[in-house]
Amino acid sequence: MSQPTIKEANPFPVLELCQATAGARLDPGVVLAADVNWTVNCGEYWVVAGEQHAGKTDLLMLAAGLLPPVTGTCHLFGMDARQLDEHRIAERLRVGLVFEDGQLFPELTLLQNIALPLQYHRNLSAEEVVRVLEPLFDRMELTPLAGRRPAELSRNWRKRAGLARALVMEPELLLLDNPLHGLGASHRQWWLKFLDELHRERSLTVVLATDDLRPWAGDERRRFALLHEGVFSPAGSWAELCRTHARTVAALQAGAETATAN
Amino acid sequence: MPPAFANRVGHQLVAFLLTVRGLGAFALIILGVIFRKHKVAREVMQPRIRHELARSGSNLIPVFTFLALALGFLVVGQTVTQLGAIKVPGLVGRVMDTVVVRELGPLLAAMLILARVGAANVIELGTARATGEVEALEALAIDPVHYLVVPRVLGMAGGVFALTMFLILGALGSGYVMALLFFPDLTPPPGQYLAEIADWLNWMDFVLILVKTVAFGFIIAVVTCYHGLAQPLRQEQVSGVAVRAVTQGIVACTLLDLVFIIVYLANGLV
Repeated sequence: MSQPTIKEANPFPVLELCQATAGARLDPGVVLAADVNWTVNCGEYWVVAGEQHAGKTDLLMLAAGLLPPVTGTCHLFGMDARQLDEHRIAERLRVGLVFEDGQLFPELTLLQNIALPLQYHRNLSAEEVVRVLEPLFDRMELTPLAGRRPAELSRNWRKRAGLARALVMEPELLLLDNPLHGLGASHRQWWLKFLDELHRERSLTVVLATDDLRPWAGDERRRFALLHEGVFSPAGSWAELCRTHARTVAALQAGAETATAN
Repeated sequence: MPPAFANRVGHQLVAFLLTVRGLGAFALIILGVIFRKHKVAREVMQPRIRHELARSGSNLIPVFTFLALALGFLVVGQTVTQLGAIKVPGLVGRVMDTVVVRELGPLLAAMLILARVGAANVIELGTARATGEVEALEALAIDPVHYLVVPRVLGMAGGVFALTMFLILGALGSGYVMALLFFPDLTPPPGQYLAEIADWLNWMDFVLILVKTVAFGFIIAVVTCYHGLAQPLRQEQVSGVAVRAVTQGIVACTLLDLVFIIVYLANGLV
């Protein structure tokens, strides 16, 4: 019997927002994106662009099922995100979220931070965790830093550790908030290459939010969406994005270049 | 009554009732999590509980040693000098039992832990909330109440109980030394002193000390964790919330102490 294809194994869209309104985390009365209709299918790689403070983080939180939509619905793997409570941990863990600054726990070492979901959900001992995590640490070049605390690390490494922590439970949908923001040139290259490899090897569905489109500009393998002044537009290809939102894309590119120059 | 004043009082009353409702709901959630998840993630939770027990317990032994000495000296010094003329047999034991064992011991221990650990709780949890660590836990499908609050609740309940016992024993010892040094004619021999204390102690005292201290610890943890965790916070709000939480903790512990005084009275223990 042949193996089911990815589409057969995942009959539902990975993420589906219908008429969803994203409110701000600190003040749900503030609408950041209204009437969002967006479908992310298995194996897609989406780049969501928007200026700083446009509401990308809150949109990602909504997509991760961590923030309920003010109106409308959010479905993850065909299931209403509001139902992904503690009785559906396995479904919940199909989504990985990488925060902009890594959001590591300051009192834990890098190893403890990355091991936390494994230890918590699988109740593994410290020795077992080290054994399980060794290949990931090696691949992500984190082994020499395993014993350090987040405050002792540069932003480059904290963000990379945040990515490692999100990948530990092998999610099927990876959401990344501004992954390249504030990184050195070599780390940016590493991230782009690593995300490409992950996407290719695991058929991982990737959704990343960014205020700098340049690394993905012109890449026709990716799908693009724009969050601008409270309106979310899933444009599709790069050509389509440039055709429908030329001015906003140009403004974003110019803003990113100014930020880099400064 | 001027309308502005009535409005203010009304607002304060509504705010108070909302806080009480929030605290009550949060306490119930915590109890639910403790009972439902006591077997979940032991490899992670047990070290965290041990850490909190140390933080609310053994780490505070130096300051509690000082407090125990001071309390014994103070209680015996003040009461015996004031009441010395009465020449009541068993006075020292009785005073130490009523004042230290039943009242000041548990309340002082609770207040000190509230100040030392409870305030830190609000700041830690408020900062965790403001910097997105709580969202990070939720993103990892880790229940923040289980991971952050339950160890603190268990640590504080255990810590207040253990340190109250330490404080009482220390104060009884230092009080006796004080009495022996300064009021030798009013001070019984050690065996008689212990017998006097034992005479005044009732089995209900042991039960009530256990219940009272655990309840103090639980309340302090609930109030401080509620203010740190249960509402969205910005970093600049954390210090204000910490002050509010400590104040409410003091009020809550004092009110609970009043309830226990009523229990003592109802059982004829005072």
